[in-house]
Amino acid sequence: MSDSRLIFVHGNGAIVEGAIQAGCRFYAGYPITPSSEIAEEMSKRLPQVGGIYVQGEDELASINMIVGASMAGAKAMTATSGPGFSLMQEGLGLAVATETPLVIVNMMRAGPSTGIASKAWQGDIMQSRFGSHSDYEIISVYPWSVQEAFDLTIESFNLAEKYMTPVVLLGDAILARMRERLYIKQEEIIDRKRPSEPEGKYMPYKRDQSLVPVIASFGEGFHVLKDSLTHNENGYYYENPEVQAKYVRGITEKIKKNAAAIEKYESVFTEDAEVVIVAAGPMARVAHSMIIDARKRGKKWGMFRPVTIWPFPEEQLKKSVQKAIYVIVVEMSTGKLVYPVKWSINDNDRVKLVSWLSYEAPTPDELEHLCEKEVNG
Amino acid sequence: MEETLAHPLEKYLRTEKLPHMWCPGCGIGTVVQAFLRAVDELKIEQDKVVAVSGIGCTGRIPQYIKFDGAHVLHGRAIPVALGIKLARPDLKVVVFGGDGDLASIGGNHLMHAARRNADLIVIMVNNFIYGLTGGQVAPTTPKEATTYTSPYGPDSKPLDAVKLVSAAGGTFVARWSTAYPVLLKESIKRAFSHRGFSFIEVISQCPELFGRINNFKSTYEIYQKIKKVGTIRRGISPYDAKYDWNSEISLGEFVNFEAPSYYDQLREIIEKAKGVKE
Ligand SMILES: Cc1ncc(C[n+]2csc(CCOP(=O)(O)OP(=O)(O)O)c2C)c(N)n1
Ligand code: SF4
Repeated sequence: MSDSRLIFVHGNGAIVEGAIQAGCRFYAGYPITPSSEIAEEMSKRLPQVGGIYVQGEDELASINMIVGASMAGAKAMTATSGPGFSLMQEGLGLAVATETPLVIVNMMRAGPSTGIASKAWQGDIMQSRFGSHSDYEIISVYPWSVQEAFDLTIESFNLAEKYMTPVVLLGDAILARMRERLYIKQEEIIDRKRPSEPEGKYMPYKRDQSLVPVIASFGEGFHVLKDSLTHNENGYYYENPEVQAKYVRGITEKIKKNAAAIEKYESVFTEDAEVVIVAAGPMARVAHSMIIDARKRGKKWGMFRPVTIWPFPEEQLKKSVQKAIYVIVVEMSTGKLVYPVKWSINDNDRVKLVSWLSYEAPTPDELEHLCEKEVNG
Repeated sequence: MEETLAHPLEKYLRTEKLPHMWCPGCGIGTVVQAFLRAVDELKIEQDKVVAVSGIGCTGRIPQYIKFDGAHVLHGRAIPVALGIKLARPDLKVVVFGGDGDLASIGGNHLMHAARRNADLIVIMVNNFIYGLTGGQVAPTTPKEATTYTSPYGPDSKPLDAVKLVSAAGGTFVARWSTAYPVLLKESIKRAFSHRGFSFIEVISQCPELFGRINNFKSTYEIYQKIKKVGTIRRGISPYDAKYDWNSEISLGEFVNFEAPSYYDQLREIIEKAKGVKE
């Protein structure tokens, strides 16, 4: 298919384009600002390609419907914002436990609670990693542009299918609404593996070297059981300490041990940087303008942008801050991204936080002024 | 020919998972058997059935029956099942759940599945109590009964799921009890050939908790009570069906009519959309 074209669209629209190209044919969601355009556009586009759009009765229904659709082999997604993302946490855990690929878009708004629906914030970085109970790992990506929203939506579906896991695509009210040029071209699409062993011998939760199980979809003749309870390689529940340990190791190690292959980041002018700014999403665009400006004025500043927030690109950050006297995390929250940054860097008293508590992004000048204060006291 | 002692329904069981976890005398087994007999008599392909459940004693059913199965979150069997059905409309998707699972924590999904006329069979085992968690009050617990969280009796009157599902738009609505396994089986068979939302409530005995707490001395005693209170009514409206522990819990098929199913309606949307030029 030679579908390449240039359009002018907002972040929400780019995500829809990416999802359709990635093969998403099932969407269930509950309207919530600033993600509703994704639902609106999906309700129009999916039926045009023979897909199914459902407005769930709530977010609990929506996340569980996409789990069901994916268990039956469909590529499925939902989109939401803080309050809805909170409601979806138990369902996200179900997808983790049953190793069901999904994409969940969380367009972050100012909060907590209902907060300010249409305004950006970066408060859900930890929730996207730890929001559901007990032990698990997650993949979470955070684009900074309309083009990257498209690219990373495809990437999210690919990662979900490859690692049999839910993927959280983080955005915020700025990304959702910003309009930019989007170049649409055919990308590589990955589909989940099919069992190669016959029924009877086949075990849906058995892992090979890749650490990722090959799980049959429903209706393929394998009589698979997908259980939210702790299960063995057959998918069967047993209350047994070894089964529990192996189960938790299985679902966490497939992400942890493949982290290097999953992680994405951008490192700009960090080789000689004395100050490295760490920022994610549209906030990193401000940081980027700021360091480019600062360089022109002779300051040795650089920027590190995690593109996968989880797994956090620890090793890459370490390399990028080798020369840095200061590592300054700038984020629209009281401090979330600053934690994985501190976890990554041993001598972390050089890590500073600029916490921007306005829902309007700062100008590069404003940001530079605040970063200067961290450097010069 | 070699004689075997295999149960005629054994091919439908995950025998390696046996023994099952249900208490002796529990009514859930009767429901499982009626279901498997229905599948067997209709000769429905084993590969074409998906059993979905939430959490509860009833929720364990998919762990023991050999079909594709999903044992998901408490209350969320219906949305998972609907997702499965819409992704694979050729499959028969059946939900099993307790009264807490389907009518309390999952009540909103039950109502909306009925409203949509979702292409699902939902079998709700009503034992008047929360079994798996050890005997707490349910929205179906009669005012006359006690449980471990309603020692002075329930705070409010019980929900009649038959009326709820009928009012919300369910197109096949029935209630049976474990005292009528053959009628239950026949009703499940009719649900299989019904297009749209089929809801079957099964009044069932939980001798271990509901029975003990309410001074039924044996499975036999609680079973006798269920047998006595269940009264078969033919041709009555769901709104005339009774749900009264003292006088009558009406049994029968209260609703059965044809209407476009949810999938039919979505197909229509897809047809319309394909006409629209981008
Ligand atoms: C979100 C959530 N809340 C509570 C529970 C605990 N829980 C498990 S089963 C159950 C109720 C069981 O009763 P019912 O649904 O009637 O099924 P039964 O065991 O009687 O068949 C509860 C409260 C849970 N697993 N998840
Ligand atoms: S507790 Fe009650 S419902 Fe649960 S298995 Fe025992 S008898 Fe059955």
